[in-house]
Amino acid sequence: MAIGWYLAVSAIIFCIGAGGVMSRRNPLVILLCLELMLNGANLALVAFARMWGGEDGQVFALIVLVVAAAEVTVGLGLIVALYRRRLPIDVDELSELHG
Amino acid sequence: MSAVLFFIAAIGAISGAIGVVTLRNPFYSVLALAFHLVSLAALFLLLRAEFVAAGQVVVYAGAVMVLYVFVVAYVGGGEPLASGAVLRVLGPLFAVALAVELSIAMLGSGLKGIKGRGAPFHPGFGTPAHIGRLLLTKYLFPFEAASILLLLAAVGAVVLARRRRGLPGDEEPPLRFRATEPDYTGTMAEAAGVRPTAYDELLHPEAQGAPATDAPEPTHTGGW
Repeated sequence: MAIGWYLAVSAIIFCIGAGGVMSRRNPLVILLCLELMLNGANLALVAFARMWGGEDGQVFALIVLVVAAAEVTVGLGLIVALYRRRLPIDVDELSELHG
Repeated sequence: MSAVLFFIAAIGAISGAIGVVTLRNPFYSVLALAFHLVSLAALFLLLRAEFVAAGQVVVYAGAVMVLYVFVVAYVGGGEPLASGAVLRVLGPLFAVALAVELSIAMLGSGLKGIKGRGAPFHPGFGTPAHIGRLLLTKYLFPFEAASILLLLAAVGAVVLARRRRGLPGDEEPPLRFRATEPDYTGTMAEAAGVRPTAYDELLHPEAQGAPATDAPEPTHTGGW
Protein backbone atom coordinates (compact mmCIF):
# COMPACT_ATOMS: atom_id res chain seq x y z
CA MET A 1 0.00 0.00 0.00
CA ALA A 2 1.14 3.51 -0.70
CA ILE A 3 2.24 5.55 2.27
CA GLY A 4 -0.53 8.05 1.61
CA TRP A 5 -3.14 5.54 2.74
CA TYR A 6 -1.50 5.17 6.12
CA LEU A 7 -1.32 8.94 6.46
CA ALA A 8 -5.02 9.18 5.62
CA VAL A 9 -5.89 6.64 8.32
CA SER A 10 -3.74 8.49 10.83
CA ALA A 11 -5.43 11.78 9.95
CA ILE A 12 -8.89 10.22 10.38
CA ILE A 13 -7.96 8.73 13.75
CA PHE A 14 -6.55 12.05 14.91
CA CYS A 15 -9.68 13.92 13.88
CA ILE A 16 -11.97 11.40 15.58
CA GLY A 17 -9.95 11.84 18.74
CA ALA A 18 -10.08 15.63 18.50
CA GLY A 19 -13.83 15.58 18.02
CA GLY A 20 -14.19 13.31 21.02
CA VAL A 21 -12.06 15.58 23.22
CA MET A 22 -14.31 18.48 22.30
CA SER A 23 -17.68 16.80 22.62
CA ARG A 24 -17.40 14.35 25.53
CA ARG A 25 -17.76 15.41 29.16
CA ASN A 26 -16.46 12.42 31.09
CA PRO A 27 -12.76 13.03 31.84
CA LEU A 28 -12.04 9.32 31.49
CA VAL A 29 -13.34 9.34 27.93
CA ILE A 30 -11.44 12.55 27.24
CA LEU A 31 -8.25 10.77 28.26
CA LEU A 32 -9.14 7.91 25.92
CA CYS A 33 -9.66 10.38 23.09
CA LEU A 34 -6.27 11.95 23.84
CA GLU A 35 -4.85 8.46 23.40
CA LEU A 36 -6.52 8.29 20.03
CA MET A 37 -4.90 11.55 18.95
CA LEU A 38 -1.48 10.38 20.11
CA ASN A 39 -1.97 7.11 18.26
CA GLY A 40 -2.86 8.93 15.07
CA ALA A 41 0.35 10.93 15.38
CA ASN A 42 2.26 7.72 16.09
CA LEU A 43 0.93 6.09 12.96
CA ALA A 44 2.03 9.07 10.89
CA LEU A 45 5.49 8.94 12.47
CA VAL A 46 5.90 5.25 11.72
CA ALA A 47 4.58 5.72 8.18
CA PHE A 48 7.11 8.44 7.52
CA ALA A 49 9.85 6.28 8.99
CA ARG A 50 8.89 3.61 6.48
CA MET A 51 8.79 6.15 3.69
CA TRP A 52 12.34 7.35 4.32
CA GLY A 53 13.70 3.99 5.34
CA GLY A 54 15.04 5.35 8.62
CA GLU A 55 14.24 4.10 12.08
CA ASP A 56 14.35 7.51 13.73
CA GLY A 57 10.62 7.93 13.34
CA GLN A 58 10.04 4.68 15.17
CA VAL A 59 12.21 5.86 18.05
CA PHE A 60 10.14 9.01 18.13
CA ALA A 61 6.97 6.91 18.21
CA LEU A 62 8.33 4.96 21.18
CA ILE A 63 9.04 8.18 23.05
CA VAL A 64 5.48 9.31 22.30
CA LEU A 65 4.31 6.00 23.74
CA VAL A 66 6.22 6.73 26.95
CA VAL A 67 4.81 10.24 27.18
CA ALA A 68 1.31 8.87 26.66
CA ALA A 69 1.79 6.35 29.45
CA ALA A 70 2.99 9.10 31.80
CA GLU A 71 0.06 11.29 30.86
CA VAL A 72 -2.40 8.46 31.49
CA THR A 73 -0.91 7.79 34.91
CA VAL A 74 -1.20 11.38 36.05
CA GLY A 75 -4.63 11.81 34.46
CA LEU A 76 -6.04 8.71 36.12
CA GLY A 77 -4.49 9.82 39.41
CA LEU A 78 -6.33 13.12 39.05
CA ILE A 79 -9.60 11.33 38.36
CA VAL A 80 -9.17 9.11 41.42
CA ALA A 81 -8.39 12.21 43.50
CA LEU A 82 -11.55 13.87 42.18
CA TYR A 83 -13.57 10.81 43.09
CA ARG A 84 -12.08 10.71 46.59
CA ARG A 85 -13.10 14.30 47.21
CA ARG A 86 -16.65 13.55 46.06
CA LEU A 87 -16.37 15.97 43.19
CA PRO A 88 -18.48 15.33 40.10
CA ILE A 89 -16.72 13.37 37.36
CA ASP A 90 -17.75 15.87 34.73
CA VAL A 91 -15.51 18.45 33.11
CA ASP A 92 -18.37 20.91 32.70
CA GLU A 93 -18.92 20.99 36.46
CA LEU A 94 -15.25 21.26 37.30
CA SER A 95 -14.84 24.90 36.40
CA GLU A 96 -13.21 26.29 39.52
CA LEU A 97 -10.09 27.26 37.60
CA HIS A 98 -12.06 29.16 35.03
CA GLY A 99 -10.55 32.43 36.17
CA MET B 1 -2.28 -9.62 0.38
CA SER B 2 -0.85 -6.64 2.20
CA ALA B 3 -3.63 -4.48 0.77
CA VAL B 4 -6.28 -6.77 2.24
CA LEU B 5 -4.53 -6.79 5.59
CA PHE B 6 -4.19 -3.04 5.45
CA PHE B 7 -7.88 -2.50 4.85
CA ILE B 8 -8.90 -4.93 7.57
CA ALA B 9 -6.58 -3.27 10.09
CA ALA B 10 -7.49 0.25 9.01
CA ILE B 11 -11.23 -0.41 9.25
CA GLY B 12 -10.68 -2.00 12.65
CA ALA B 13 -8.65 0.98 13.88
CA ILE B 14 -11.14 3.56 12.62
CA SER B 15 -14.20 1.70 13.90
CA GLY B 16 -12.51 1.26 17.26
CA ALA B 17 -11.81 4.99 17.38
CA ILE B 18 -15.42 5.80 16.51
CA GLY B 19 -16.53 3.39 19.22
CA VAL B 20 -14.36 5.17 21.80
CA VAL B 21 -16.00 8.49 21.00
CA THR B 22 -19.61 7.38 20.59
CA LEU B 23 -20.16 4.66 23.18
CA ARG B 24 -21.88 6.02 26.27
CA ASN B 25 -20.51 3.60 28.84
CA PRO B 26 -16.84 4.38 29.64
CA PHE B 27 -16.14 0.70 30.14
CA TYR B 28 -17.15 -0.06 26.55
CA SER B 29 -15.06 2.90 25.42
CA VAL B 30 -12.02 1.32 27.06
CA LEU B 31 -12.73 -1.99 25.33
CA ALA B 32 -13.11 -0.20 21.99
CA LEU B 33 -9.77 1.50 22.57
CA ALA B 34 -8.13 -1.86 23.23
CA PHE B 35 -9.53 -3.14 19.93
CA HIS B 36 -8.30 0.00 18.20
CA LEU B 37 -4.82 -0.47 19.66
CA VAL B 38 -4.55 -4.06 18.46
CA SER B 39 -5.63 -3.02 14.96
CA LEU B 40 -3.11 -0.22 15.05
CA ALA B 41 -0.40 -2.67 16.02
CA ALA B 42 -1.29 -4.63 12.88
CA LEU B 43 -0.82 -1.45 10.86
CA PHE B 44 2.57 -0.94 12.51
CA LEU B 45 3.54 -4.47 11.54
CA LEU B 46 2.58 -3.74 7.95
CA LEU B 47 4.89 -0.73 8.13
CA ARG B 48 7.73 -2.99 9.31
CA ALA B 49 7.80 -1.52 12.79
CA GLU B 50 7.95 -4.73 14.77
CA PHE B 51 9.30 -3.27 17.97
CA VAL B 52 6.82 -0.42 18.06
CA ALA B 53 3.98 -2.86 17.42
CA ALA B 54 5.12 -5.11 20.23
CA GLY B 55 5.51 -2.17 22.57
CA GLN B 56 2.08 -0.94 21.58
CA VAL B 57 0.44 -4.25 22.42
CA VAL B 58 2.38 -4.86 25.62
CA VAL B 59 2.42 -1.35 27.07
CA TYR B 60 -0.84 0.03 25.77
CA ALA B 61 -3.23 -2.80 25.17
CA GLY B 62 -1.79 -4.60 28.17
CA ALA B 63 -0.74 -2.30 30.98
CA VAL B 64 -2.44 0.99 30.29
CA MET B 65 -5.76 -0.60 29.45
CA VAL B 66 -5.70 -2.57 32.71
CA LEU B 67 -5.11 0.71 34.53
CA TYR B 68 -8.08 2.22 32.73
CA VAL B 69 -10.30 -0.73 33.53
CA PHE B 70 -9.36 -0.52 37.20
CA VAL B 71 -10.13 3.18 37.37
CA VAL B 72 -13.44 2.75 35.54
CA ALA B 73 -14.35 -0.01 37.95
CA TYR B 74 -13.33 2.13 40.92
CA VAL B 75 -14.93 5.38 39.88
CA GLY B 76 -17.86 3.77 38.15
CA GLY B 77 -19.31 4.92 34.90
CA GLY B 78 -21.76 7.24 36.53
CA GLU B 79 -24.77 8.30 34.62
CA PRO B 80 -24.00 8.80 30.95
CA LEU B 81 -23.45 12.46 30.35
CA ALA B 82 -24.95 14.12 27.36
CA SER B 83 -22.53 16.54 25.81
CA GLY B 84 -23.22 20.23 26.01
CA ALA B 85 -25.56 21.72 23.44
CA VAL B 86 -22.94 23.91 21.80
CA LEU B 87 -20.13 21.42 21.80
CA ARG B 88 -22.32 18.59 20.54
CA VAL B 89 -22.54 20.47 17.24
CA LEU B 90 -19.21 22.22 17.37
CA GLY B 91 -17.09 19.20 18.23
CA PRO B 92 -17.89 17.03 15.20
CA LEU B 93 -17.84 20.12 12.98
CA PHE B 94 -14.37 20.92 14.22
CA ALA B 95 -13.29 17.34 13.64
CA VAL B 96 -14.58 17.33 10.07
CA ALA B 97 -12.98 20.69 9.35
CA LEU B 98 -9.69 19.41 10.72
CA ALA B 99 -9.96 16.27 8.58
CA VAL B 100 -10.59 18.35 5.45
CA GLU B 101 -7.67 20.61 6.25
CA LEU B 102 -5.37 17.67 6.87
CA SER B 103 -6.43 16.03 3.62
CA ILE B 104 -5.78 19.22 1.69
CA ALA B 105 -2.40 19.61 3.32
CA MET B 106 -1.50 16.01 2.59
CA LEU B 107 -2.69 15.92 -1.02
CA GLY B 108 -1.18 19.30 -1.77
CA SER B 109 2.13 18.59 -0.12
CA GLY B 110 3.69 17.33 -3.34
CA LEU B 111 5.76 14.76 -1.47
CA LYS B 112 6.71 12.13 -4.00
CA GLY B 113 7.12 9.46 -1.37
CA ILE B 114 3.44 9.59 -0.41
CA LYS B 115 2.47 7.88 -3.64
CA GLY B 116 5.19 5.29 -3.37
CA ARG B 117 5.45 2.25 -1.18
CA GLY B 118 8.33 3.56 0.85
CA ALA B 119 12.03 3.06 0.81
CA PRO B 120 13.38 -0.32 -0.25
CA PHE B 121 13.18 -2.75 2.63
CA HIS B 122 16.41 -3.95 4.08
CA PRO B 123 16.47 -6.84 6.52
CA GLY B 124 16.50 -5.93 10.15
CA PHE B 125 14.53 -2.73 9.71
CA GLY B 126 12.52 -1.98 12.84
CA THR B 127 13.82 -4.92 14.84
CA PRO B 128 14.57 -4.48 18.54
CA ALA B 129 18.29 -4.68 17.82
CA HIS B 130 18.24 -1.67 15.53
CA ILE B 131 15.88 0.36 17.68
CA GLY B 132 17.87 -0.46 20.80
CA ARG B 133 21.11 0.61 19.17
CA LEU B 134 19.55 3.89 18.15
CA LEU B 135 18.09 4.44 21.61
CA LEU B 136 21.42 3.86 23.32
CA THR B 137 23.59 5.83 20.94
CA LYS B 138 21.98 8.56 18.90
CA TYR B 139 18.91 9.06 21.07
CA LEU B 140 20.42 8.43 24.47
CA PHE B 141 19.33 11.75 25.89
CA PRO B 142 15.64 11.38 24.94
CA PHE B 143 15.80 7.85 26.32
CA GLU B 144 17.06 9.03 29.70
CA ALA B 145 14.65 11.93 29.70
CA ALA B 146 11.81 9.48 29.10
CA SER B 147 12.91 7.39 32.05
CA ILE B 148 12.95 10.45 34.31
CA LEU B 149 9.53 11.41 32.98
CA LEU B 150 8.16 7.98 33.83
CA LEU B 151 9.57 8.21 37.34
CA LEU B 152 8.03 11.64 37.83
CA ALA B 153 4.70 10.42 36.53
CA ALA B 154 4.72 7.47 38.92
CA VAL B 155 5.54 9.70 41.89
CA GLY B 156 2.96 12.24 40.78
CA ALA B 157 0.26 9.62 40.46
CA VAL B 158 0.98 8.31 43.94
CA VAL B 159 0.88 11.83 45.39
CA LEU B 160 -2.34 12.64 43.57
CA ALA B 161 -4.22 9.48 44.35
CA ARG B 162 -3.24 8.96 47.96
CA ARG B 163 -5.46 10.06 50.83
CA ARG B 164 -5.08 13.64 51.85
CA ARG B 165 -3.95 13.05 55.43
CA GLY B 166 -0.94 10.84 54.98
CA LEU B 167 -1.06 7.11 55.17
CA PRO B 168 -4.33 5.26 55.72
CA GLY B 169 -3.30 3.97 59.14
CA ASP B 170 -3.00 7.28 60.95
CA GLU B 171 -5.83 9.02 59.22
CA GLU B 172 -7.81 9.70 62.41
CA PRO B 173 -6.24 10.19 65.83
CA PRO B 174 -7.45 7.62 68.34
CA LEU B 175 -10.53 8.78 70.13
CA ARG B 176 -9.85 9.41 73.84
CA PHE B 177 -12.26 10.34 76.54
CA ARG B 178 -12.27 10.17 80.29
CA ALA B 179 -15.10 8.25 81.77
CA THR B 180 -16.35 9.57 85.04
CA GLU B 181 -15.03 7.20 87.64
CA PRO B 182 -16.89 6.03 90.69
CA ASP B 183 -16.05 7.59 94.03
CA TYR B 184 -12.88 6.51 95.79
CA THR B 185 -11.53 4.86 92.68
CA GLY B 186 -7.79 4.50 92.96
CA THR B 187 -7.62 5.63 96.58
CA MET B 188 -6.09 3.92 99.59
CA ALA B 189 -9.55 3.22 100.98
CA GLU B 190 -10.41 1.11 98.02
CA ALA B 191 -7.12 -0.74 98.12
CA ALA B 192 -7.57 -1.61 101.78
CA GLY B 193 -11.12 -2.78 101.21
CA VAL B 194 -12.43 -0.37 103.79
CA ARG B 195 -15.13 1.02 101.69
CA PRO B 196 -17.15 -0.81 99.12
CA THR B 197 -16.65 0.70 95.77
CA ALA B 198 -18.80 0.92 92.76
CA TYR B 199 -16.77 -1.83 91.17
CA ASP B 200 -17.61 -4.23 93.98
CA GLU B 201 -21.25 -3.69 93.38
CA LEU B 202 -20.78 -4.33 89.74
CA LEU B 203 -18.74 -7.46 90.24
CA HIS B 204 -20.62 -9.09 93.09
CA PRO B 205 -24.15 -7.83 93.12
CA GLU B 206 -25.45 -10.82 95.10
CA ALA B 207 -22.95 -10.32 97.92
CA GLN B 208 -24.16 -6.83 98.48
CA GLY B 209 -27.74 -7.90 98.44
CA ALA B 210 -28.35 -5.64 95.59
CA PRO B 211 -31.09 -6.61 93.22
CA ALA B 212 -29.71 -8.49 90.28
CA THR B 213 -29.67 -6.33 87.27
CA ASP B 214 -30.33 -7.66 83.88
CA ALA B 215 -26.98 -6.44 82.76
CA PRO B 216 -24.93 -9.20 81.15
CA GLU B 217 -22.68 -11.19 83.44
CA PRO B 218 -19.27 -9.56 83.51
CA THR B 219 -16.77 -11.86 81.98
CA HIS B 220 -13.84 -10.68 84.05
CA THR B 221 -14.69 -11.71 87.57
CA GLY B 222 -11.34 -12.77 88.94
CA GLY B 223 -9.54 -10.99 91.69
CA TRP B 224 -6.00 -9.89 91.37
